[in-house]
Amino acid sequence: MSDLRELYQEVILDHHKRPRNFGPLPEANHHAEGHNPLCGDRLAVHLDVEDGVIRGVAFEGAGCAISRASASLMTDAVKGKSVAEAERLFEEFRQMVTSGVDQAVEESLGKLTVFCGVREFPSRVKCASLSWHTLHAALESKETPVSTE
Amino acid sequence: MSAVEQVSRPARRSFDVAAVRRDFPILQQQVHGKPLVYLDNAATAQKPRAVIDAISNYYLADNANIHRGVHLLSERATAAYEGAREAVRRFLNAAESREIVFVRGTTEAVNLVAHSYARPALKPDDEIVVSVMEHHSNFVPWKMACEATGARLRVVPITDAGELRMDEYERLLGDRTRLVALGHVSNALGTINPAAEIVRLAHARGIPVLLDGAQAVPHMAVDVRALDCDFYAFSGHKLFGPTGIGVLYGKAALMDRMPPWQGGGDMISSVTLEEVRYNTPPAKFEAGTPDIAGAIGLGAAIEYLNGLDRVAAAAHETALTRYVEERLSGFPDVTLFGRAPAKAGIVSFVMSSAHPHDIGTVLDQEGVAIRTGHHCCQPLMHRLGVPATARASFAFYNTREDVDRFVDALARVREMFG
Repeated sequence: MSDLRELYQEVILDHHKRPRNFGPLPEANHHAEGHNPLCGDRLAVHLDVEDGVIRGVAFEGAGCAISRASASLMTDAVKGKSVAEAERLFEEFRQMVTSGVDQAVEESLGKLTVFCGVREFPSRVKCASLSWHTLHAALESKETPVSTE
Repeated sequence: MSAVEQVSRPARRSFDVAAVRRDFPILQQQVHGKPLVYLDNAATAQKPRAVIDAISNYYLADNANIHRGVHLLSERATAAYEGAREAVRRFLNAAESREIVFVRGTTEAVNLVAHSYARPALKPDDEIVVSVMEHHSNFVPWKMACEATGARLRVVPITDAGELRMDEYERLLGDRTRLVALGHVSNALGTINPAAEIVRLAHARGIPVLLDGAQAVPHMAVDVRALDCDFYAFSGHKLFGPTGIGVLYGKAALMDRMPPWQGGGDMISSVTLEEVRYNTPPAKFEAGTPDIAGAIGLGAAIEYLNGLDRVAAAAHETALTRYVEERLSGFPDVTLFGRAPAKAGIVSFVMSSAHPHDIGTVLDQEGVAIRTGHHCCQPLMHRLGVPATARASFAFYNTREDVDRFVDALARVREMFG
């Protein structure tokens, strides 16, 4: 089970069972919906962005442990960050779960490195990145739902 | 004897699973350090050595293009290809081999009928009857035909047990119904639909019927003349044959009248600058060089099945399915979908503690291969009120030990997420 524990680290299981920033965000001024056609999962990201800073963030929807925990940890990570910093985290996160990153980037990703094990499970990369793609779309406030395809 | 009776007959003959398993080289391996338990047969079945050898031998000794060749290899290849067609004809008990068209798979078979039979006939407000449990391949081609012609889809609902509402089906058959297109066995629920009754009710109103047999042929003997269906479609790769090959059966009277759907070589009788005359079926529907090796592989798969006691094999599968359901009934956090009494070896379920994707990943680490997701049945998932299910699907080479490994792995899922 060692490989599985690499994927489902305690932090991930904890955020899956008790997601942070889960629910609506009445003051939000940016929204996007994400969809993973592989599993039918959908999630919505709500943002309150003022002066280029993410003041508030929340997500809603159903999904697997990986996608739910990833969304939860993402909201914690980007709250209070500038839009530019959030976009940089998105890029770094995407790189980590696909090709891998060096130590400097790992330090910048902080807690989000619990998802580095996802790289060994190619079928689950989309689960981990759905919330980030949706965040990216919300920042650009695209009207149409984003898809991991 | 109907297909349902065959499948639900109790196991009274022993079926030598160990011997059968030796015919499937892929099953003799370990994944993640554990012996493979392959329970994704509804997605694609494994291939016996006889199929692999037939394809290999064709490329080693007989490879040539078929029809019109005057050299020996072409004659051998043609004989093997047409021999496979004859094997399929006997397998389905079709009257004539020209009623057997080789296609890429069930999807292409359905699209062929939608294009060559339905579209030319459909007028605005005409209707096609499908069901809510259809695979997308027996739903989307009809939706597209309706959008192109102004016709409408009428959708037969299901009971909570996952059976077709036959009263609603009968009610939907009307003056505007031009075709019924229904699955013989549901890929997501395992329900065996009452195919003969479906055809009888439609024919009483003069309506032709297409049956999607992709999930039926691996589990039961199918007799298209006894069913009296007008079209029957299935895929080779779910029948222990190779990918890329499938079959459309169509009654000769209909196939003769249908226009071709792809133009090219082999589907013509003559071509001038002014006029093209089409070949007769099945060539009319087989434009271009076909998947010769695939057809030969499918023929070998059918010959392999002919060598098995299929009634005993079906009884073995039924016993396995019952055993899974019995063992899962002890799991309060597991919900099973598809509780029809007439059921093929498919077990679809969700767990309250874990999403199907997480179940699939944990099971894979335990060496157990299942499928998770919407199974190309999004309207059905919507009806069931879930985004996805986990699905274990069985073939005759699966064992009680496979079931035990599967159920034990589910206990690991609960350990992790419960």
